Amino acid sequence: MAEAHPVGFQWVMEAKLRGATVVHVDPRYTRTSAQADLHVPIRTGTDIAFLGGLVNYVLTHQKDFREYVVAYTNAPMILREDFRDTDELDGLFSGFDPEGRAYSTETWAYATEGGGSGGEEGGRPGHRGHEQETARPEQHGMGGASTADRPLTDPTLRHPRCVYQVLKRHFARYTPELVAEVCGVPEELFERVAEAVTANSGRERTTAFCYAVGWTQHTVGVQYIRTAAILQSLLGNIGRPGGGIMALRGHASIQGSTDIPTLYNLLPGYLPMPDAHDHPDLAAYVEPDSQKAGWWGNMRAYTVSLLKAWWGEAATEDNDFCFDHLPKTTGDHGTYRTVLDQIAGKVKGYFVVGENPAVGSANGKLQRLGLANLDWLVVRDLVEIETASFWKDGPEIETGELRPEEIGTEVFLLPAASHTEKDGSFTNTQRLLQWRHKAVEPAGDARSELWFYYHLGRLLRERLAGSTDPRDRPLLDLTWDYPVSGERAEPDAAAVLREINGVGPDGALSTYAELRDDGSTACGCWIYCGVYAGERNRAAARTPRSEQDEVALDWGWAWPANRRILYNRASADPQGRPWSERKRYLWWDEERGRWTGRDVPDISVDKHPDYRPSEDARAQEALGGDAPFIMQNDGRAWLFAPEGTLDGPLPTHYEPTESPCGNALYGQRANPVLQTYRHPENPLNPADGAPGADRFPYVFTTYRLTEHHTAGGMSRTLPYLNELQPEFFCEVSPELAEERGLRHLEWATIVTARTAIEARVLVTRRMRPLKVRGRTLHQVGLPYHWGHGGLSPGDPANDLLAVVLDPNVHIQEAKAASCDIRPGRRPRGPALLDFVAEYRSGGEGGARPADRVHEGQSARGAEPPGPHEDGAPDGHRGNGHRPPAPSRPDRRGRKRDR
Amino acid sequence: MGIKQWIDGWPVYRQLTGPDPLGRGTAAMSRRTEGLTARTEQADAVVRSVCPYCAVGCGQRVYVKDGAVTQIEGDPDSPISRGRLCPKGSASKQLVTNPDRLTRVRYRRPYGTEWEDLPLERAMEMIADRVLETRRATWEDSYEGRPVRRTMGIAGLGGATLDNEENYLMKKLYSAMGAVQIENQARI
Repeated sequence: MAEAHPVGFQWVMEAKLRGATVVHVDPRYTRTSAQADLHVPIRTGTDIAFLGGLVNYVLTHQKDFREYVVAYTNAPMILREDFRDTDELDGLFSGFDPEGRAYSTETWAYATEGGGSGGEEGGRPGHRGHEQETARPEQHGMGGASTADRPLTDPTLRHPRCVYQVLKRHFARYTPELVAEVCGVPEELFERVAEAVTANSGRERTTAFCYAVGWTQHTVGVQYIRTAAILQSLLGNIGRPGGGIMALRGHASIQGSTDIPTLYNLLPGYLPMPDAHDHPDLAAYVEPDSQKAGWWGNMRAYTVSLLKAWWGEAATEDNDFCFDHLPKTTGDHGTYRTVLDQIAGKVKGYFVVGENPAVGSANGKLQRLGLANLDWLVVRDLVEIETASFWKDGPEIETGELRPEEIGTEVFLLPAASHTEKDGSFTNTQRLLQWRHKAVEPAGDARSELWFYYHLGRLLRERLAGSTDPRDRPLLDLTWDYPVSGERAEPDAAAVLREINGVGPDGALSTYAELRDDGSTACGCWIYCGVYAGERNRAAARTPRSEQDEVALDWGWAWPANRRILYNRASADPQGRPWSERKRYLWWDEERGRWTGRDVPDISVDKHPDYRPSEDARAQEALGGDAPFIMQNDGRAWLFAPEGTLDGPLPTHYEPTESPCGNALYGQRANPVLQTYRHPENPLNPADGAPGADRFPYVFTTYRLTEHHTAGGMSRTLPYLNELQPEFFCEVSPELAEERGLRHLEWATIVTARTAIEARVLVTRRMRPLKVRGRTLHQVGLPYHWGHGGLSPGDPANDLLAVVLDPNVHIQEAKAASCDIRPGRRPRGPALLDFVAEYRSGGEGGARPADRVHEGQSARGAEPPGPHEDGAPDGHRGNGHRPPAPSRPDRRGRKRDR
Repeated sequence: MGIKQWIDGWPVYRQLTGPDPLGRGTAAMSRRTEGLTARTEQADAVVRSVCPYCAVGCGQRVYVKDGAVTQIEGDPDSPISRGRLCPKGSASKQLVTNPDRLTRVRYRRPYGTEWEDLPLERAMEMIADRVLETRRATWEDSYEGRPVRRTMGIAGLGGATLDNEENYLMKKLYSAMGAVQIENQARI
């Protein structure tokens, strides 16, 4: 946190000054570790084992906040008799289909009074035939299934099938000994963490977890977060001041990009993109949610208001409010799927806007091969990034795999306006919208994205004017009349924010509770409703911190409804009294008949704690006054997820896809439903136990430096930042350096089945060998900011990665993979391909691969690089005398030697 | 120049007689330095902004003179950042005033080996033509017998430093043109 979110880290230091214990769990020792009370070096990819160990510690030592757990979590819910846990099935949950590699979630549901499963028709199945690749947690997970039958519960938590007891059994194996064995964290160190966390949780105290989104970059990323959520819910650390799980997201408006998503599976406000099979019309689209208790019960109002915002007067009750104007999805259309479809020639045109996938995405070669196979590419950025210039100086030009004269992609590189050159809002990692005011005009042809998309839309509509083709109706019916100003005709960003906020008959809406499903309200993103309440841009609120308390309700605007701590109803007990004076935040004021406190209440302000819904109550009215988790169908935090995840109702430790270790817990090694794509340029390193696994005996992880930003487009062109961090490097321990002959400040080559890259060697005690399953495990650290362009060219670390994904959210496993590391620079030109081919084929073992190596060598006429079993330097080392990367003399357009 | 002013001009005299006996402050100040004022004082305008790097959302004050950014500093009023900026935020003036920034459209024709110039208006017309051509050529009315009304020939990938208003127009326009393969750094 001190490295990647330095200014946010000041609040950790404030807490420390007030006596907080700061624990830093990270494979590396960083500036954060330097300030922490405890640094816990961990094997990357094993956080579920570590957090699971904490869950087990809490349950074994009865350290859970019992009143909170009984009232606010689903611990008392009783599960079906046919649910089977991983202990019984050697690492699988019940419902696994080995052929389709997918779960049916039927058996994960609650047992109900009617004897049914709790969901419609036995729970909503996780998969159907046509959805084999589809992860749609947004559809499955929106607060739970609509249920007519009430779940069976046991508030004493003694029933053997209640969630609490299932949880206890599930995590019983996550002992300190197991944590030591899997994570490489010594038992006494783990116990110090467990004691600190539990001693600082409960009625009087709270513990916060902060994670950077490296947690999400695993094939079990969603389950990482789930484990933390289980732990924090057991400890009563959600919805209370000083508690929570804080995602430290990495970009100025990455939260905003999720809320108002440029994501294939979502519409604004976490509404799902309609699916061709499930959602033939509006009624089918809203039906699964409309029956639910909680705020998702108003699904139709949110959807109709969005359709009204987009298609205005054309959207009427009679035409389903233009629901058919929305294109439909049929499975996985994520960025990696799209790239493979580019390579396959299915995708012709590509807009890349403020993003640099040629450096920033896993397996950059796939990205660049995709770019090279387009008809046209539009790149919009501040500078000439690698994604725009791949055709003239990308790594595949150097190896001779691509030649500019043979790449048919037409490239438009358009200059973008910077953050000081346009009005607009960012949503920060706390869900806080902050408005930026334009300071200066952009130079030359530079324009905002608002300008580009507004005018592109205008041009498309002009060209199609008068068309009678039904496919053009969505464009022609679109509300697209934004006011523009100035000689550049810049659209008014505040007008767009007002449309996002929503309008009704009386102007700008104040809250999403005002949204209607009859077409009388229009709202571009229901969770942002209120940001323009009273016709005032509340994102621009700037009352200085010295003039308000630290909750700072009048600085910016947080969705939803300007609430600063989500689920803050949980900061009071079921009767509405603060759990303790010390942790007082929101409480029920009986005299005034309303919730009061320092924040905007995350519950209807006049809902009495004793309120109990009638049988026919719906949506938020169907939740009691003691239910804090108002987006959930049952108003409770889910320790056990009866639906919503595709890889299990509980987190369980699986090894990363590429790991030199077996799974100490089960025969099932990796996530059984992880997602990957077969492609010749996406091979996997052999896993533990497979032939050739010993060629990749080390683990690497990637990370950020304070002085650079992501794929470098905003940092590798700045002289200041490049002086501070001038070169790509790898971090290795002195022990690994000794083992592999790596020397400080000299070169190393890091190899996977995808490619080999070179980096300067930083030998440092910040990397520490770990004892894992009785052997020594070395980890290599790689910052991922570099590419072939900018002021400090270097190899991209992400080129080493395979595309393997979490099945729920399709995020790549970027934080844990296996590799080899050896001294010296990597081969240049076509020799690099031969070098990697040797590693690949050697990994398959047996005689046949050897033949293939031979073929490859003769075909390419290159010198075999030689295997590394003896650890001795080989012919490759001579490459260390080659000229450094920036002056590669032969990189342009050279054909491979034959 | 009077004799007193002349004598006062000697740093050593100021050091011996003034409040700066170590000669590390005002005593050593040259006439040129005395005449300098901070860019923050010379600015025509100070504009409230937010740092464009990570997601903490530190407040920035952008100082403008003669239509150009002259300085960017942390906003002490911000309850999030209390005036602080990290190395990247502190370098953000260089991000926006960097001479390496693109100011003209660059165009690479198919099989081309060099960038070419292209007027912005022409580029916009060409892009609009490409969108409509590709959309026409790759349109799907249905998929496995179900209506989908989309194009799988056009994809998008956006960074997470885009404004909410920009993302909104993007999603709205892409959806209306029938493009579904719309993605963001948020998944990466």
